[in-house]
Amino acid sequence: MSKINTLEDLNKAAKRGLESIIPSKTKVMVGMATSGIASGAQEVYNALAEEIKKRKLDIILSKTGAMGMDCIEPLVDVLQPNKPRLAYSKVTAKKVPEIIDQIVKGAINGNKPAYRMDEEEFICLGEKKPYLKGPVPKDLEGIPKIGDVSFYKKQMKLATRNCGMINFESIDEYIAKGGYFSLHKALTKMKQDEIIDEIIASGLRGRGGGGFPAGIKWQTCRRAHGDIKYVICNGDEGDPGAYMDRSVMEGDPHSVIEGMIIGAYAIGASEGFIYVRNEYPLAVRNLQRSLDQAREYGLLGKNILNTGFDFDLKIGKGAGAFVCGESTALMTSLEGKAGEPRAKYIHTVEHGLWDRPSNLNNVETWANVPAIISRGAKWFSSIGCKNNSGTKVFCLVGKINNIGMVEVPMGIPLKEIIYEIGGGIPGGKKYKAVQTGGPSGGCLPDSLIDISVDFDSLWDAGSMMGSGGMIVMDETTCMVDIARYFIDFLEFESCGKCVPCREGVKRMNEILQDICNGEGKEGDIELLESMSQGLVDGALCALGSTAANPVLSTLKYFRDEYMAHVRDKKCPAGVCKALIRFSVSDEKCTGCGVCLKKCPTECISGEKKKTHVIDQTKCIKCGVCKESCKFDAIIVE
Amino acid sequence: MVSFIIDGKKVEAEAGANVLQVARANNIPIPTLCCHESVAPSGACRMCVVEVKKGKRTRIVTSCLYPVDEGIVVETKTDRVLNVRRLVMQLLMARCPESDVLKDMAKELGIEPQPAFHPDTDKGKCVLCRLCVKACEDVVGVSAIGLSGRGKNKKVGAPFMEDSKTCIGCGACAYICPTEHILMESTDSKRKIWGRTFKMQACDKCGRYFAPIDQLKFISDKTGTPMTELAVCMSCK
Repeated sequence: MSKINTLEDLNKAAKRGLESIIPSKTKVMVGMATSGIASGAQEVYNALAEEIKKRKLDIILSKTGAMGMDCIEPLVDVLQPNKPRLAYSKVTAKKVPEIIDQIVKGAINGNKPAYRMDEEEFICLGEKKPYLKGPVPKDLEGIPKIGDVSFYKKQMKLATRNCGMINFESIDEYIAKGGYFSLHKALTKMKQDEIIDEIIASGLRGRGGGGFPAGIKWQTCRRAHGDIKYVICNGDEGDPGAYMDRSVMEGDPHSVIEGMIIGAYAIGASEGFIYVRNEYPLAVRNLQRSLDQAREYGLLGKNILNTGFDFDLKIGKGAGAFVCGESTALMTSLEGKAGEPRAKYIHTVEHGLWDRPSNLNNVETWANVPAIISRGAKWFSSIGCKNNSGTKVFCLVGKINNIGMVEVPMGIPLKEIIYEIGGGIPGGKKYKAVQTGGPSGGCLPDSLIDISVDFDSLWDAGSMMGSGGMIVMDETTCMVDIARYFIDFLEFESCGKCVPCREGVKRMNEILQDICNGEGKEGDIELLESMSQGLVDGALCALGSTAANPVLSTLKYFRDEYMAHVRDKKCPAGVCKALIRFSVSDEKCTGCGVCLKKCPTECISGEKKKTHVIDQTKCIKCGVCKESCKFDAIIVE
Repeated sequence: MVSFIIDGKKVEAEAGANVLQVARANNIPIPTLCCHESVAPSGACRMCVVEVKKGKRTRIVTSCLYPVDEGIVVETKTDRVLNVRRLVMQLLMARCPESDVLKDMAKELGIEPQPAFHPDTDKGKCVLCRLCVKACEDVVGVSAIGLSGRGKNKKVGAPFMEDSKTCIGCGACAYICPTEHILMESTDSKRKIWGRTFKMQACDKCGRYFAPIDQLKFISDKTGTPMTELAVCMSCK
């Protein structure tokens, strides 16, 4: 590969890339991000490779990242010349011959694709390229267009623009999507201050959770004094149920790298680090490959794009501490020390990594930068809502039908995310709350279902945007148990440096455990509240000062549930084992005997066609009887 | 020089000083546990919190780290401040129920133990202020002890909690420990600390045992002073 020095070189690479994105022969793509692999994409990929080889077919087999709809993976996309791109869902190795049959015969039979795409969007170029000339073939008309699938209808992909679309192993495909043209524009046509002004004008706020204006951060770092400056990417995503950053690092690593090079140039940094948790081995591998490719093309290293600008990037691997997602702890860890935070009275943009000016943004923030530079601040700020421009990526998990990663314009009502994109709650159950912002965030109850999803509204409601986890809970979720779960997580993840977090979270966990065990005492709730305030005010870092949020927000919206636990010794949701009792309804039990067979402790007895009885002394409250009863005859109270 | 207000009193201080230093210089008491003049502050114990108003923003900060600034308004005894101090004190009393230092400090501050916290039995008197670790690393320059584990499992000790091989027996850690957690047993010719027994050097002149031989060797190696010169105690020098 020769180095890219000019716009012409870049165009040549883009041409090569486009030929592999929309090739002149059949291409089959498998979603091979972690979400795909976890559902069996590797077996599907191997089966496809074998089948293609066996039948001696001239088909390109390619890998791509995560499209987002994890609940229908493994996903296999088929793109044939002059035809729409078809997405086959929940593909297994067994189904592979059938799909290949369909490709060879050119007809759909039996295995219906989940959706089709008639064109591909090139966000950074501001254009769409059709896969086919003329109308959609008759037999494919019945397959819904991706834009008509409720999961995708209201989504808008900026940060995840290439995830699931391009082969993450190909830098040319990234360039064909408009990649590295923004870098070329920034380096050859824009002054450093102009770039910063553009980012400020775009209104881009840090996607890692805090929501601090990215452009202002860049400006402060640019103005800070220091012989060497650093740019850092925070890829230490550790919230339970959040994997947006992983998906971007796996599916479109170049977008992060390009954003960082542009940022480094604007700030005046000569070195950069991408801090990724080592539990993301695929992200580390894909990033490393992309860094090598960028270096080979002369997009990293000395004299980038022949402009005289020198900059290089390294990967720093985290050892799996949640606290290392906090900027000062992350930098301490990068320095090779134990990841502990420090007070931020002196900002890291002035004194950060090795005491030098350091600009840290998270994966999603960096991935937005190339799109802003190519399309302009005006375009970006036209998306989203007031003071919250652009989109936000969320991971929709928990008690929700469509589990997956979604990217929506900011300001979208929560209701639309839950009921339209997410497809509502499974099993006809009632929505109870959603936890946003991970363990440091809070829950939003049904009364706030119309809330605008943006930094400020979520903060005002006592939760926060966080990095983008959205854990949906239904009526069978106990909110005290949820608070206990998050506090337990934070107790485990506390670094232990400051007293309120190390000792306080531990004591709060003990109190919550007592409440869940039916040993709650009068005054416990008030003590939790006063301790929470002590944590908010007294903890050293953001992990500690927000650690009480799950308790504060559940107390704010579900206080009666706490009271039921403490006063009445009852768990209204039927979760806390010490407070519930399983029995059989006389009216509903048909005496079918299913529960009797399934009970692991053999504590259910009864004759056929007669009401069964549970022996309370042997019942371990596992809930298997309730799950297995078709007649809803098991009562939990 | 910057001027600002602390507890209603206008004060002046060198730029770069922290709030705690200025408060103490002005006879305003602020309790601390992890602060010592010999080592850089870490902000670990949170006892020294104060409320600072800067511009429109009021927040709780640790006075040992917060740099003074022109026009800030500092309050050292607001309800929010006292709530944090009380929580910290009660948490530490539950962690180290045997500590008399904590008991005395709590008494002085008018803080009672929190009955809802079940006292720990395995933490000794260590409040994890990290003064010992910093003294060993930054002042002595030996780094014989460090912190390991995280959260509630964090503890101070020699690597892998084995008997320290690098410790020179100087006792700086025991001296700086604010809660008397670190045990150092000294008899005439021997000193026990961190699982090791150190032989003491007898003064060439008066015969009094005055320092561990390992410590003198460390000084000799570092400064090039011959051991013979170091074998005389401070009183006889």
